[in-house]
Amino acid sequence: MGLAGFEVEIERSRNGGGVVTEDMTLNMGPQHPSTHGVLRFVVRADGEVMKSAVPDVGYLHRSIEKIAEKVGWHGFIPYTDRVDYVAAMFCNHGWAMAAEKLAGIEVPKRAEYCRVIADELCRLHSHLLSVGSMAMDIGAFTPFTHAIREREYLNDLFEELCGARLTFHYMRIGGVGWDLPPGWAEKVLAFLDRFEAMIDEYNRLISYNKIFVERLANVAVITAAEAIDYNLVGPNLRGSGVRYDVRKDDPYSVYPELDFEVPVGRGEMGTLGDSFDRYIVRMEEMKQSCRIIRQALRQIPKGPVIAKVPRNFKPPAGDCYVRLESARGDMGWYVVSDGTAFPHRCKIRTGSFSGISIIEHVSRDLMIADLVAVIASLDLVAPEIDR
Amino acid sequence: MQELVDSLIASGLLPDTVPAWAHYLAAMLLFGGIVVFGFVLPIAGITTWVERRVMGRMQSRIGPNRVGPAGFLQWLADGIKNLLKEDIVPRAADVPLFKLAPYVVIVGFVATFVVLPFSGDLIIADMNVGILYVTSVTALVVVGILMAGWASNNKWSLLGGIRSAAQIVSYEIPAGLSIFPIVALTGTLSMQGIIRAQGPHPWQWFLFDNPFTLCAFVVFFVSALAEGNRTPFDLPEAESELVAGFATEYSGMRNLLFFMAEWGNLYVIGAIVTTLFLGGWQIPWALDGQPVLRNVLQFGVFFAKAYFFVFLAIWLRWTLPRVRVDQMMTMCWKYLVPIALVNLLGTAVWMLVFPEGVPAVRWLLTLGAGVALLAFFWRVRHHVVAAGYGLKQLSFNPLATRRVEW
Repeated sequence: MGLAGFEVEIERSRNGGGVVTEDMTLNMGPQHPSTHGVLRFVVRADGEVMKSAVPDVGYLHRSIEKIAEKVGWHGFIPYTDRVDYVAAMFCNHGWAMAAEKLAGIEVPKRAEYCRVIADELCRLHSHLLSVGSMAMDIGAFTPFTHAIREREYLNDLFEELCGARLTFHYMRIGGVGWDLPPGWAEKVLAFLDRFEAMIDEYNRLISYNKIFVERLANVAVITAAEAIDYNLVGPNLRGSGVRYDVRKDDPYSVYPELDFEVPVGRGEMGTLGDSFDRYIVRMEEMKQSCRIIRQALRQIPKGPVIAKVPRNFKPPAGDCYVRLESARGDMGWYVVSDGTAFPHRCKIRTGSFSGISIIEHVSRDLMIADLVAVIASLDLVAPEIDR
Repeated sequence: MQELVDSLIASGLLPDTVPAWAHYLAAMLLFGGIVVFGFVLPIAGITTWVERRVMGRMQSRIGPNRVGPAGFLQWLADGIKNLLKEDIVPRAADVPLFKLAPYVVIVGFVATFVVLPFSGDLIIADMNVGILYVTSVTALVVVGILMAGWASNNKWSLLGGIRSAAQIVSYEIPAGLSIFPIVALTGTLSMQGIIRAQGPHPWQWFLFDNPFTLCAFVVFFVSALAEGNRTPFDLPEAESELVAGFATEYSGMRNLLFFMAEWGNLYVIGAIVTTLFLGGWQIPWALDGQPVLRNVLQFGVFFAKAYFFVFLAIWLRWTLPRVRVDQMMTMCWKYLVPIALVNLLGTAVWMLVFPEGVPAVRWLLTLGAGVALLAFFWRVRHHVVAAGYGLKQLSFNPLATRRVEW
């Protein structure tokens, strides 16, 4: 039985009593309520128990890396918004960092602070969607709406900052597009006051709910060694107990000047590296992000927000690799310049892609209901996988 | 019912040239029609509206608010929309079974109203096997859902149907075992008989008769939620796992029938719980001279109690996540069935030791429940204050939901 390139072997087995049973091949996606975009899994299941779940990627491929070769250095920034539209700020930042590194541009201090503030707000933005949709996949709809409500305030803040609510296009090569609007910092602080209380409320509402914990604890355990082998990054890696964060281990921007911690999974409710650890790491990261934003707003210096960058931007020939900690972990940008107004080659390395590769490994012997929990706990965002 | 028709024939209002059974049949159809179209279907529809409004409040949004005052007519609009939609039958489906399944489900739901009391005098048929009849006709629902799951010829539907069969068949055991203590206490299966054995005040309810009935109530309510496919046991139609479970391939009117049965079942659950444990329609006044007023009051009391459980089920649904299929089975067979058995034995022993019941225990349990409720509301108040919400954000007028200024 062939299924679009997946040769699935149907196992016939004779169980004790002489009943011949067959595995069932289930096609989950691309249109399925809980595949977070357009993902597809070919699931081989014995009743409710999965024998394997093979991800099929590529439904959201938009050739963004190829487009970079055609639109020029400045013109590509709006496209980077679409690499990961749940956390667009990081993609802006990565592209800007790569171009600046190639051209040797010094970014003004104030612009770096603006970037960090925007990045961390965007991390809240993305993690809220992640934990909210996690609760929804487990079957609790109300926490999702509560997360979305807080996200709506963030959208308002972003709208005031850069005019967009989802695809921000805020950062430029050499700085950021706009300075912080007057009075915006106070609004952010007021939001943070409200939001930190909201994290505790959210923990009471869902995180330590008995059913929720039972559904996540000890499900899809990824050991630290496995996580490293499969190249997991970000909260997925830290959920397995590996304290690795680009902001600390390969610092960029003004992160060395800011004081924050890197939360890791502790096996609080079950085994270290289970779905619950990956979930709770995101909750704790949101608290740390609030801390970073407060410090950055306090320390931000006066000055210009963008360096002098020629309109006809032509970085010298060469290549560079930059990395930054996006909401889904270590995001790498490998950019080759041939000295013309167009990049020669661009390759983006994203966290979701390595996240989806481990699903086939961890999904064995889980139940079908667990698969959606695993997808949500790995925080897979389809556009980031395919680009 | 029969007495009424007999008296009408005797008084000459109904012609006696027609055999009496024809009159009975006509009366049954008439009264049944009034109940089905005047109460059962509207209650299922209105419950969808209530659910969406309550859920809206819980999720800091408004809910339906366009059709009619506060969106009240939304259920009618949705119903008409569904009736007018195309009834799609998949090409690969087993057509007769596929078309029949929703009717089996709706019959299993509507047929329970035959024995559900509305008030002291209003009941379609006060059968001597009332509660047993309810448990047996609700078992029809599982046949319908399994038919739907199989006939759709869709793997998601099939999984939903299988889950549903396993779930409903399993949870009928603790539910049935939790009914028996009450039957043992009253010595009757008739719904009205069970209600008459209780009193209007909380300490006269079977809920607080002895500690075992209190446990039986909890077990029964949990099992009833599972039988009604409600969260945290809504596995057969878990939208994030099985798309829409057994109803995936259904559209239009047939889909509507499934959902009407689901929401109507909430009221059935509430009515059965009220009958068994909460004193049914009992009111503190005899009102012998005013049968209309008495029946209206009794109906109001019964409806309020039953609808409280509808609200409770809605509340649970929009608070709790969903359990996994193995956890659901574990809960049933490892916890609820043993507890229900202990309840049954415990009640039997209790009846043997205290044939007249123990008033002190009744008072104590009532007091305990009251204190627990107070503590609960105190806790809610504490969180509301901690969250810094004012009355304006909390008022039950959903139109008051505004953006919090900050």
